[in-house]
Amino acid sequence: MDMMLSEATDAHNPASGGILETSRPMAIEARGLVKRFEGTTAVDGVDLAVPEGAIYGILGPNGAGKTTTLRMLLGIIDPDAGIRRIFGHDRPHDIARMIGYLPEERGLYPSMKAYEAIGFLGALRGLPLAEGKRRGRELLERHDLGHAADRQIRQLSKGMAQTVQLLGTLVHKPRLVVLDEPFSGLDAINQGKLELMIRELAAEGTTVIFSTHVIAHAERLCEGVAIIAGGKVPYAGSVDEARDRIPAQVRLETRAEHGRWRDALPADARREGDFWMFSLPESGIEPLLRALIEGEAGILSLSIERAGLHDAFVHIAGEAAARALTEQSAVEAAR
Amino acid sequence: MSPSETAGGHRKSRLNLWSAAFVIARRDFQAILFSRAFLFFLLGPVFLLGVGALSSGVGSQIREETVDPEVGIAMSVPDTAAMLAAHTALAEQLGGAMPPMIAVETSPQDGNLQQAAEAILEERQGNYAAIVTGTPAAPVMTGTADQLDRLGGRVALVAAAAIGEAPAKFPEITTQEVATSGASEKSSRVVTAQISQMLLFLLTMLLAGMVLSNLVEEKGNKIIEVLAAAIPMDAVFLGKLFAMLGVSMVGILVWGSVAGVLVLVVGADLAALPPPAVGWPLFLLLGVVYFSMGYLLLGSIFLAIGSMAATVREVQTLSMPVTMLQLLVFFFASYAMARPGSPMEVAAVIFPLSSPFAMMARAAQMEALWPHALAILWQVFAVAVFIKAGATLFRKRVMKSGPQGVSKKRRFWNRKPAAT
Repeated sequence: MDMMLSEATDAHNPASGGILETSRPMAIEARGLVKRFEGTTAVDGVDLAVPEGAIYGILGPNGAGKTTTLRMLLGIIDPDAGIRRIFGHDRPHDIARMIGYLPEERGLYPSMKAYEAIGFLGALRGLPLAEGKRRGRELLERHDLGHAADRQIRQLSKGMAQTVQLLGTLVHKPRLVVLDEPFSGLDAINQGKLELMIRELAAEGTTVIFSTHVIAHAERLCEGVAIIAGGKVPYAGSVDEARDRIPAQVRLETRAEHGRWRDALPADARREGDFWMFSLPESGIEPLLRALIEGEAGILSLSIERAGLHDAFVHIAGEAAARALTEQSAVEAAR
Repeated sequence: MSPSETAGGHRKSRLNLWSAAFVIARRDFQAILFSRAFLFFLLGPVFLLGVGALSSGVGSQIREETVDPEVGIAMSVPDTAAMLAAHTALAEQLGGAMPPMIAVETSPQDGNLQQAAEAILEERQGNYAAIVTGTPAAPVMTGTADQLDRLGGRVALVAAAAIGEAPAKFPEITTQEVATSGASEKSSRVVTAQISQMLLFLLTMLLAGMVLSNLVEEKGNKIIEVLAAAIPMDAVFLGKLFAMLGVSMVGILVWGSVAGVLVLVVGADLAALPPPAVGWPLFLLLGVVYFSMGYLLLGSIFLAIGSMAATVREVQTLSMPVTMLQLLVFFFASYAMARPGSPMEVAAVIFPLSSPFAMMARAAQMEALWPHALAILWQVFAVAVFIKAGATLFRKRVMKSGPQGVSKKRRFWNRKPAAT
């Protein structure tokens, strides 16, 4: 199986199949993952390759198959077809100490104290309970929750409990952190803190993979993304490559309205108010610029705008998936 | 490449099954033991004793108020007197074995006494089980078939005594008492077997049922996914079972200590208890082992059934059939106990759920120890199979994505999930 996966990985096209171009060893490799639930195909042939130390996002609307994919990667459920390997292991439970997991539906024992809950989550991953509790107190202090260390989970606010669970996910110092919708339910300040934590983890060499339906988080944080819609992954690769799927847009403002220079504009040029908008020609901007000057267009302003991840998502996953994503983000923001 | 290494050079790093189960068991055990609810749990038998005392009081009251059915004598006046005199004489020797006997008041117009007796019984007059007419030499007994079967012999004995054909005087017997006999030891051991089996069943029924709702908390507070991601589900099941077994053992220890103190205070003679075949020390040890095995066997099934339930209400709904299942198992083991060595008893020993109960009865009745070693191994194997099956079922049926996309109503243990 090792050989099969390696060969498949090497032969894979990075732009279309989920491999980031990197010489780093892989933290996660998945090929052709399929999961069906009583006739419904929840995940349909997902390929992923996440190099060690990367921040990787799985981007898609609710019901797209994000959680099911993560659950298969973690060994919570087994795929009906396909292979998954975490740090080269077929069975994720075999390397449980190297993994930290924050599920979408957060849960802790309400009667446990905050530092005990962190210790317990560490103990599940093989950390001695006493050491876990000690680290729990330390982590709570470091994240301005020292005052809550001896409070029961049921006495904490939702945000605080969520932070406690996140700290419990990290207490055993995992090499791979899997976060399912980690920003869900957090206010803007805590979202910022979480982004910082994720960056710090990656800086320490920890691989972070998270699912989200908020494009901005993925765009700000991720080295690579997998766009998932309807159980399929139409794109997996670097964020830059995803954005490059759409040619950069040129925004041009001219003094002259007519003239020979207009013949030099690309075929897709369109008027938007005072501006001309069109895709950056494959030959680059210089030949066009020369033609505009020679044609006496009177250039007032010219800017090249690279496509955002949202545009790339629309382009790759389609309008419907993008609309679902936007609606869910709006609902999330309204909470 | 060794099995514990991979291309990336990472070694396997995880808790083994027992360590993982210990993490779960320790959490559950402490959470239950240090909860207020545990105090009520310990007080449970007090309520049971209260109910027992109350029902026993009511029972004796009813017994006192209940009049035993009588045998009526409807013969000529001298014959009736002879029958009643013979009854009194025999009752002195046979005590309670003789049914109460009274004269039936008849009038001369009754004519045929047999027809009169029939009419009295059909009209349900008095409290007669049967009425005897005719003469002591040729008695005619009227009554229902079962009463005729039950009372016929004793009425004939009274009639024989009335006509002087039964001994009028009984010789005095000199008695010599021995500590035991074959029949006495056998019946004592049956009593020990019955009591131990009943105790084992009561404890298992009271305590194993708690396991039913054990995973509802984890499912309710969503921590189940964290557990499932970190350790094998087998370890979760195993840990939960052993935690509950530990809690039950603490309860039994407390109840046993209280009972022991009460026995000392009351000054009951424990030596009067019929000794089991394997001796008391081993019998008690086997009791602990068979309770544990019975608990783990039933508990592993209850845990699996309960884990399929989504809410406490569903668990409550499930508790009735589960109690019935326990009763069935107990009746099977009890029935088999009376026939040691029979195919039925062997079946009860082999069937995993009844095996601990049947073997407990065996320990009271038979001295051989090797069947216990075999049975315990078999029961351990069955526990392992049940836990594995339950955990597998749980992973397949329950550990799926959220509730979105459920298109039609399904059985609660078979709900269709949707990807999220």
